[in-house]
Amino acid sequence: MLKLVGGGGGQDWACSVAGTSLGGEEAAFEVARPGDRGKAGGGSPGWGCAGIPDSEPWAGVLQAGVVGPARWGQGAEEVGESAGGGEERRVRHPQAPALRLPNRKPQGGSGEIKTPENDLQRGRLSRGPRAAPPAPGMGDRGGQPERSAPHSPGAPVGTSAAAVNGLLHNGFHPPPVQPPLVCSRGPVGGNDAVPQRLPLLPELQPQPLLPQHDSPAKKCRLRRRMDSGRKNRPPFPWFGMDIGGTLVKLVYFEPKDITAEEEQEEVENLKSIRKYLTSNTAYGKTGIRDVHLELKNLTMCGRKGNLHFIRFPSCAMHRFIQMGSEKNFSSLHTTLCATGGGAFKFEEDFRMIADLQLHKLDELDCLIQGLLYVDSVGFNGKPECYYFENPTNPELCQKKPYCLDNPYPMLLVNMGSGVSILAVYSKDNYKRVTGTSLGGGTFLGLCCLLTGCETFEEALEMAAKGDSTNVDKLVKDIYGGDYERFGLQGSAVASSFGNMMSKEKRDSISKEDLARATLVTITNNIGSIARMCALNENIDRVVFVGNFLRINMVSMKLLAYAMDFWSKGQLKALFLEHEGYFGAVGALLELFKMTDDK
Amino acid sequence: MAECGASGSGSSGDSLDKSITLPPDEIFRNLENAKRFAIDIGGSLTKLAYYSTVQHKVAKVRSFDHSGKDTERDHEPPYEISVQEEITARLHFIKFENTYIEACLDFIKDHLVNTETKVIQATGGGAYKFKDLIEEKLRLKVDKEDVMTCLIKGCNFVLKNIPHEAFVYQKDSDPEFRFQTNHPHIFPYLLVNIGSGVSIVKVETEDRFEWVGGSSIGGGTFWGLGALLTKTKKFDELLHLASRGQHSNVDMLVRDVYGGAHQTLGLSGNLIASSFGKSATADQEFSKEDMAKSLLHMISNDIGQLACLHARLHSLDRVYFGGFFIRGHPVTMRTITYSINFFSKGEVQALFLRHEGYLGAIGAFLKGAEQDNPNQYSWGENYAGSSGLMSTSPELGPAQRARSGTFDLLEMDRLERPLVNLPLLLDPPSYVPDTVDLTDDALARKYWLTCFEEALDGVVKRAVASQPDSVDAAERAEKFRQKYWNKLQTLRQQPFAYGTLTVRSLLDTREHCLNEFNFPDPYSKVKQRENGVALRCFPGVVRSLDTLGWEERQLALVKGLLAGNVFDWGAKAVSDVLESDPYFGFEEAKRKLQERPWLVDSYSEWLQRLKGPPHKCALIFADNSGIDIILGVFPFVRELLLRGTEVILACNSGPALNDVTHGESLIVAERIAGMDPVVHSALREERLLLVQTGSSSPCLDLSRLDKGLAALVRERGADLVVIEGMGRAVHTNYHAALCCESLKLAVIKNAWLAERLGGRLFSVIFKYEVPAE
Repeated sequence: MLKLVGGGGGQDWACSVAGTSLGGEEAAFEVARPGDRGKAGGGSPGWGCAGIPDSEPWAGVLQAGVVGPARWGQGAEEVGESAGGGEERRVRHPQAPALRLPNRKPQGGSGEIKTPENDLQRGRLSRGPRAAPPAPGMGDRGGQPERSAPHSPGAPVGTSAAAVNGLLHNGFHPPPVQPPLVCSRGPVGGNDAVPQRLPLLPELQPQPLLPQHDSPAKKCRLRRRMDSGRKNRPPFPWFGMDIGGTLVKLVYFEPKDITAEEEQEEVENLKSIRKYLTSNTAYGKTGIRDVHLELKNLTMCGRKGNLHFIRFPSCAMHRFIQMGSEKNFSSLHTTLCATGGGAFKFEEDFRMIADLQLHKLDELDCLIQGLLYVDSVGFNGKPECYYFENPTNPELCQKKPYCLDNPYPMLLVNMGSGVSILAVYSKDNYKRVTGTSLGGGTFLGLCCLLTGCETFEEALEMAAKGDSTNVDKLVKDIYGGDYERFGLQGSAVASSFGNMMSKEKRDSISKEDLARATLVTITNNIGSIARMCALNENIDRVVFVGNFLRINMVSMKLLAYAMDFWSKGQLKALFLEHEGYFGAVGALLELFKMTDDK
Repeated sequence: MAECGASGSGSSGDSLDKSITLPPDEIFRNLENAKRFAIDIGGSLTKLAYYSTVQHKVAKVRSFDHSGKDTERDHEPPYEISVQEEITARLHFIKFENTYIEACLDFIKDHLVNTETKVIQATGGGAYKFKDLIEEKLRLKVDKEDVMTCLIKGCNFVLKNIPHEAFVYQKDSDPEFRFQTNHPHIFPYLLVNIGSGVSIVKVETEDRFEWVGGSSIGGGTFWGLGALLTKTKKFDELLHLASRGQHSNVDMLVRDVYGGAHQTLGLSGNLIASSFGKSATADQEFSKEDMAKSLLHMISNDIGQLACLHARLHSLDRVYFGGFFIRGHPVTMRTITYSINFFSKGEVQALFLRHEGYLGAIGAFLKGAEQDNPNQYSWGENYAGSSGLMSTSPELGPAQRARSGTFDLLEMDRLERPLVNLPLLLDPPSYVPDTVDLTDDALARKYWLTCFEEALDGVVKRAVASQPDSVDAAERAEKFRQKYWNKLQTLRQQPFAYGTLTVRSLLDTREHCLNEFNFPDPYSKVKQRENGVALRCFPGVVRSLDTLGWEERQLALVKGLLAGNVFDWGAKAVSDVLESDPYFGFEEAKRKLQERPWLVDSYSEWLQRLKGPPHKCALIFADNSGIDIILGVFPFVRELLLRGTEVILACNSGPALNDVTHGESLIVAERIAGMDPVVHSALREERLLLVQTGSSSPCLDLSRLDKGLAALVRERGADLVVIEGMGRAVHTNYHAALCCESLKLAVIKNAWLAERLGGRLFSVIFKYEVPAE
């Protein structure tokens, strides 16, 4: 049913789609309206995949060829069914054969951008030998430093993908010599990354502006000149993807230093992707670009541009893949670097349906490298990291910047659908301490069941208005006041949802109260586990990341409070502006690294 | 009623209380004498504790006044037996649903005679809520006690006083419970109490403990959230739902995120990545069962994880779990155990307690009874009055599982004297008294349960016969039969009801039931008669022994010990012979013995040892009255004394079958001393000491012996332990390792057991052991 249509004609389907034909019936990737952003996280009608009226030509790129708004929870069958609608569209948008563009001439001037030191250095951070497994909630405790490189299966995959892409050669110029793409960690399946990594270190230095002739650097540059870009960079588009249990996080680098020449040579397909992604803030009903997180004027891999942060629900993955297929994404011969569980789960689908070979990456590696990178480049001149001053005093509690220049050791608590807790000792030395299955997915899942809400935003909105003390049994509800023997305040929660044991109380609470109680319960529990881990690992800095914290000031302040209060000020809770996107950023960094490696 | 139980606070059920008809005094027993009350009111269950004195008949032996001469008239019994009323202390614990509180308080008020009681110790969350009600109803001042202090006092108490209190839960084994032998050093440990919320306490000593953490996600969360999600009100029903559900329909598993098991990462696809994760992304209905299961997993895993983190932080490997979330529910024990194993990688052991539900009440009681120094006593679980661990069969529906909806009882008898380990145990922590674990061995269990059932008629008959002057003896004996029969049936269903099931526990339960119905010593008259007969034979036996050469005499002494041991009313084969032929004699018994080599025969080593230097001091655990003690043990003792070995003769404190009691042994010794100068001088010079074991069991638990005995053993430097009889040397202690020489002697008077040991009826066990250097 899901036919591959990549081999078709040479037209730029993306442009020809023009939203009109897709109309309202396939309202995917709607242009964001105020408030739409809020729809992304939760259980709303799915990532529809059709264009909308007035959408830009590029809209088509992301149209998945699915008719009608898809509901949450639709199985593959349903996706398949709706794919029928896609066929229609395929008729309208015959796939172009790879459009070969003339090789670009070597270019100087504006294209020759000085790479800020923190750019490449951070961008190419090597992964350490202490890689740990990706983090399902119920994971094991402790790192597994000696296991084989987690993404080793991805290495040959990446190679073959690149080869295929090279042959297809669509987009910018293909490298004349297709390098085998082996990840920086060295031999496939090897886990002795350190020796493999060391020779690479010089490359991680900022590129000298004027390299000596005959020098290896020059050769390198010469080779790069024959690449699509000026250097040995991956072909555009540059994506990093983190396919989580609930959300897919996508980062997209939009080059802003495109020369006229480049612009001219840019295949339409690619151009439309760029235009579509950058000119919209919402894609379909559930795809959202977090405009406020955009990192501007960033230099990555020698190119200057903006880094965009996009997310959509994981259940829209099938339609996303199908769209990739229909739009012949594979013709762009880009390497899709993906991390998160979905990189494994959907790998087969990417290959079979969209002819795309994923370069799979370890999610904890990506998380850490992404985090360090983003923190190092800063948030458009502002610091990425912050904390709450006076966390135990609601009136004085306020957000303050924090300098994470010397972050080690840190306890990194990644709160997605589930939670992983890592102890990070250096950029390439970390272990997964533990995890819990009580995470963002639990909050949203329980909220949906308890209140009938459908989205994360809805749930949080309700929670903001609710009062959990109606739902929870407090210490004072049991002891009539403080429990002095143990120094517990009367206002402390003794039993989450404890009041709900009584029928009268069940009948008297509001949905908002329930949402709030769910949020408080999950948050406090994560805080409690994190605190215990910090104690056990003897670490006093706890960095909380993950999309559970998105627009979730309640949880952040609770965590800040809990860390401070229970540790008597010994522990500090830190937060980062790009909460949930570090895995995706880390994946993108891997794209550069794998290109660099050879 | 059923609805009320779900209210949690209990306050909603008031209107229905009136309809409750309390079971009669079967529940609140001995209330008339109740002296001190304590109450623990939890979220759903109330536990009432009171201290009461139990008046029961005991058979006392007393020497006749032998001031006159010529006392050895053939027809005269050697001593008189008088049945006296004795008052012993007993702790009663009753557990019932909060719904019953008012009715129970009314009942107590109506039956409480004692007016000295002025105060009731109260603990538990509900103590605050029900304070006024209690004060109004009982006219007792409510003295509120700290919940956790009570809990820990109670926990220490049961860990010290109740054998097989703690157990681990083993999935897929039959039965699922594996009881732990009581560790002599119970500290330090971690107590995780899962009530509405979770408290984690590190207990370091009797009085020192520290609240190290807690969690608000506990039983209340399961109940409250479960009620919201499934519209199911009762906790038990929620658990029942959970036991039928599939959590993978609601939870996001690793395989849902990764598409399968992740082999390279060593993560099972079945692990939960996000609890309730599917309900966030799937627009579908979820079944109550599935949600309840998911909730149960979520909460159990979370608690297990926190417990492990705390255990690790404090370097503890023993974690006891308690609270209503656990309370005998196999579903929660299973998930908690799984979680602990998972998170600790097997380094931490999840332990559960049989009487976990009573800890608070026990502690509150102890708190109030501090002036009585309850901790200086030893206590024993009364199997007759305690209802045992509730049925835990997971497939039972809530109706059948509703033991928590009725009344649960625990009774503890205060023992006369504190009990301690025998100092001669090689390794007290690893000592297990019982030879066969009937919980484990289904075949043996079936045999012994049937065996005890079949012997019941005889015991009833014997009990009636022992009290010919009593008008209600037959009636009481019938009640005894009912009670013991019911216990046996319970044990068929739930072998773990009172901890590890053993022949010893079956025997003890029978003794407790007999006492319950005022048959304190059904064998007193038989023992009296036998002692009389045997005493008359004593001089002759000693004389004939003295004519033998040394080597011959040693064998004859041992044979005498063994022959005496054939006289055991506990073994059906023998009691048949004895009933039919009361003059079955010592010599006949000797003839019945197996010829050497015996089934277990280290006699040669023993003889060799006797050729060496004498032992400093021998500790002898005697078995039966009559021929055994008088013609078997005393000549053996006499020989040891002559060798220069001091002897400590330990007999039961209270009666059990025809076992010689300490009281009887004193009279017997006195009478023998009158006939034999060796014994006479040894008694006078305290080279022969008669002590009590502290036990009233036909078996022997060397980890619970009278403190005085232990002190004496240490003081005299005992270097030989002689244990005789099937109950003490075969059913128990057969494998007991001591740090000094030991002799274990018995005649196997049970065909089945004989066969199991590879012998036949009346096979002889003579086990002489010398500890490895």
